[in-house]
Parts: sequence; C-alpha cells; structure tokens
Amino acid sequence: MNKPFLSVGHKIVRLAIIIVIPLLLIALFVWAGGWLNTGRLTSDKLITALEKSNGNHPGYRRNRAKGVCILGDFSANGNASALSRAALFASGVTPVVGRLAIAGGNPNAPDYAVPIRSMALAFYQKNGEQWRTGMNAMPFFPVQSVQGFYDLQTATLPDAKTGKPDPARMQAFVRQHPEIKPFFAWAKQYVPSSSWVRDQFNSLNAFNFIDKEGHSHLVRWSMVPHADYQAMDENEKNDANFLQRDLQQRLANGPQKWDLMVTVAGSGDKGNDASIGWPADRQVINAGTLTINKTTAQQQGVCNDINYDPLILPDGITASDDPLLNARSSAYAKSYNARTHEQAGAH
Amino acid sequence: MKHNNTFHPALRVLHWVMAAAIMAMLFIGVAMVSTVSSLHGLLVAIHKPLGLMILMLVIVRLWLRFSTAKPALPATLPAWQKFLAHLSHWALYAMMLAQPLIGWAMLSAAGYPVTLGHVVLPPIVPISNNAYAILRPLHSLVAMALFITVMLHLAAALYHVLILRDGVFSSMAGAYKRKRLTRGALDNPTDAE
Repeated sequence: MNKPFLSVGHKIVRLAIIIVIPLLLIALFVWAGGWLNTGRLTSDKLITALEKSNGNHPGYRRNRAKGVCILGDFSANGNASALSRAALFASGVTPVVGRLAIAGGNPNAPDYAVPIRSMALAFYQKNGEQWRTGMNAMPFFPVQSVQGFYDLQTATLPDAKTGKPDPARMQAFVRQHPEIKPFFAWAKQYVPSSSWVRDQFNSLNAFNFIDKEGHSHLVRWSMVPHADYQAMDENEKNDANFLQRDLQQRLANGPQKWDLMVTVAGSGDKGNDASIGWPADRQVINAGTLTINKTTAQQQGVCNDINYDPLILPDGITASDDPLLNARSSAYAKSYNARTHEQAGAH
Repeated sequence: MKHNNTFHPALRVLHWVMAAAIMAMLFIGVAMVSTVSSLHGLLVAIHKPLGLMILMLVIVRLWLRFSTAKPALPATLPAWQKFLAHLSHWALYAMMLAQPLIGWAMLSAAGYPVTLGHVVLPPIVPISNNAYAILRPLHSLVAMALFITVMLHLAAALYHVLILRDGVFSSMAGAYKRKRLTRGALDNPTDAE
C-alpha cells in the first residue's frame, strides 16, 4: 500500500480529528437527550415539579395518584362512525378498563379536599388496537401551553420561609398566563358533586376523528353521566374516602352509566387551546354508552399496569395540534417508568 | 478471491444503512423521551417502525456475515487490538439484535399495542409491571452502551483510515475508494460513522 509519510504535525492533527468527531457526536447526543441544563422544558422537569408540589409517593402516579380501577364496556350505537372509522365506534360492544381518580399527586389526600376528578379509560378493540383517554371533571384546562402548566406548578409551590404559596409569584403567573382567569372564576363557584358517577368528564384536549374517506374532523368528547348532579353533603365532607365507598355501594346495586358525547368543532374553534371551551351550540353526537360494572383497588388492580397515555389511539383517531397532548404523553411515560420501577423494587 | 480485501458488497451496504439508522434511532430515542414539544409524538411514530426495520436488517446481516467470506485483519495489528476489534464487533451485533427485541418486549409488558401501520404485532411477553420495570431501564442501558460502543468503533475506524492506513476502513468503505480514501475521508469525516 502506498502510504505517504506523516509528519508529527500531521499525526497530531489527525489524532485530534479522531478524538473530536466522536466527542462532538457525544455532545450532540447529550443535548438531544435534554441533559444539558438549558431553559428547555423536559418531561423530567415536569415530573420533578409535580413531585415538589405533592411530595414523594413512591409507586404512585405523579398526578391523579389516588383512584380506583373500574371495569366495564362501551356499547357504541354507530352514530360516531360517520366521523371516525375507529372500530369501536361501529355499532357493537368494546371492553373497557378504566380508572376514576382525584387530581394531585398525593395518594392519601382526602376526597373532599380535591375538587377536580378524573376518568381514564382504555378501550380494547378486537383488532388489537387500543384507545386510551384521560378526562377531567372541569370544563376547560387552566392553561394553554406546557410552559403554562409548568409555571403554574412552580408558582403554587410553598415558599421556603412561610410554608405557603407566595402571592406575588401567583400574581406574576397570572400576568404571564392571563388565560387562567376563566378557570379561577369557574373554580371559585364550583361545588363538587357527591359521587364520581354524577360527574361529567371532558377530554379538554381536541383530537381529529378520521372518517372512512380519510377526512379529518376536529372534535372533543365528554362522558356525560346518567345520574343527576348532586352537591357533596356535610357527611361526605368528613369522609376522606367517600368517593370509593359511594362507588362500591352504587355498583353493588347495579351498573353505572355515562354517554360518550362527541362535540364537533365549528369554524373558528381551535384545536390547540384547551383553556378555551367551545360554544354550547356546536354539533354534539351521542356515540354510545359506557357501562361500569365493577371496581377494584388500584394497587395490584388491572388499571395499575396501564399508563393512560392520550396518544395511544386506534386508526380513526389522531392527535390534534394541542401542545398539551405531547407533553402529557411524554410526562406520563416518565411517571409510569418511575412508579413501575418503585413498585418492582418494593417486592 | 474476489472479496479478499473487502466485505461482501451487500454487507457493506447494510453496514452503512444500519449505521445511519442506528445513529438516528439513538438520537430519536433520547430526544423523544425528554421532549415535551410536539416533536414527541412524531419521534415516537418514527422510533417504533425504524426499530423493527433495524431488527429485520440485523437478522439479514448476521446471516450474510456468517455466509460470506470476511477479510482478515492486517497481520501488522497487535493481538490485543485484534481482540478488542472482535470483542467490539460481537458486542455491536449482540446489542443491535437485542435492543429492538427489548423495545418490543417492553411495549408488550406495558400492554401497549405495537403497530406497524395498521398491522398490530403480537406481544412477545405478557403484560407485567414487574417485567416492564426491568425492560424499560434495560432499553436505556443498552442504548447508552450501544452509543458508547459505536463511538469507540467510529474512533477506531478513523484511526485506521487516518493513522494506520492499513486497509481496514476500505474493507467496509469499498475497495474502489482505496486510492483516494485518505483524502476523501478527510474531506467528509462524518462519512466514517
């Protein structure tokens, strides 16, 4: 082989290239993985913020930590199949494993102290695809952006000196994220109901339903209870677990039902802002009925193994451009990784 | 022997295609896990089918690797370097094969449907939080080990092409490049990934 002679200088330059190229790639890798402490928001930062505001509760979800598993099915009437080709909307029955919970990362929080409740569902289609959705009993989300959610978590952290949230930080937050004002106004007048089965759970985020022709329809959905609203009473305000007790009693007497109502966006309704509710006059389609027959404790329950990632969607449903969806998916995965690891370690 | 100095052309093509795919996969993997931006969903949607593609390619590659003649390392190479070369190559093959399977198994353990387009692939392990708790960190661990090994492999390849100039690099880059190889690699160093 014809090898030209390499001077010491040449050799040093070449060795430098050999070292620098992998090092540059490693630096790029570290940056891509979010390990450089830039201002960029990561799933780690979101989860850390949630842990800070709720305390560490190993083995539990980082948000909506307290809840129960529910089992049942969804009986579709076929009405929504004009909007979405997803198999579960065609007339028929799809098994469902879900979870009813209260907001926040404290698994020991008293039920009466947490006004916001949630319902998460996983629908199991015969073809192996799944639809997972997490809904909340509130009309719209407090903030529009992921940064807004993170800022809200950090603004409400107790001050190191006073042990209470700093009002000045909260005011600064509201100035930065004025879209939260309608949420505060709603929260102020909201009286929680006496039961999970009396609550309406809303997707808040928008999604696209894709029909058989491939046309996309921007939608939100709600689980609307068959049971009427009734305010939480004085007895319930003294019972830390009244929601679970109530659910068990009701299910002992018979199944509990919700209708899946799909709201179709009108012109001008945005898919990327969950902090704004859509007007009441929008087309609403009753897609079918959710029937819950059974509840179990969450630890070691069937729903414990499920990460209700809102981006697990069957063919016929896709994510909208709502920025919260990606953040929920990414942060839920972090929470799921952490709690499964902690649960396995506890055995 | 036609392929005395170089690997079989199909194996060379596979090597470079997989090099690009695996590097992309590693970067996509760490980025999608950390980001909360709208890239998250897109990256996840690329990561899963690309992983399956790598799994299929590595099976073809291992079969080719065993069924074709392989150029010998230069006699000038010290024994300890030969040993390291063999060790790192088998480590790379093992990780390339294991990593997509761990990913698939981890999704199965979590009960996620593993879909390729509209086709739902079967789970390869039963749903289990305990299995997931092992497989998920393992997927990260193997990714880090694979990335570090690829970086060492890259540094070694560059060492062969820039300092030793012993034909080891051209055995994978292609013999036709041999005459202008050193210059070419210097002009566009990232070629050597």
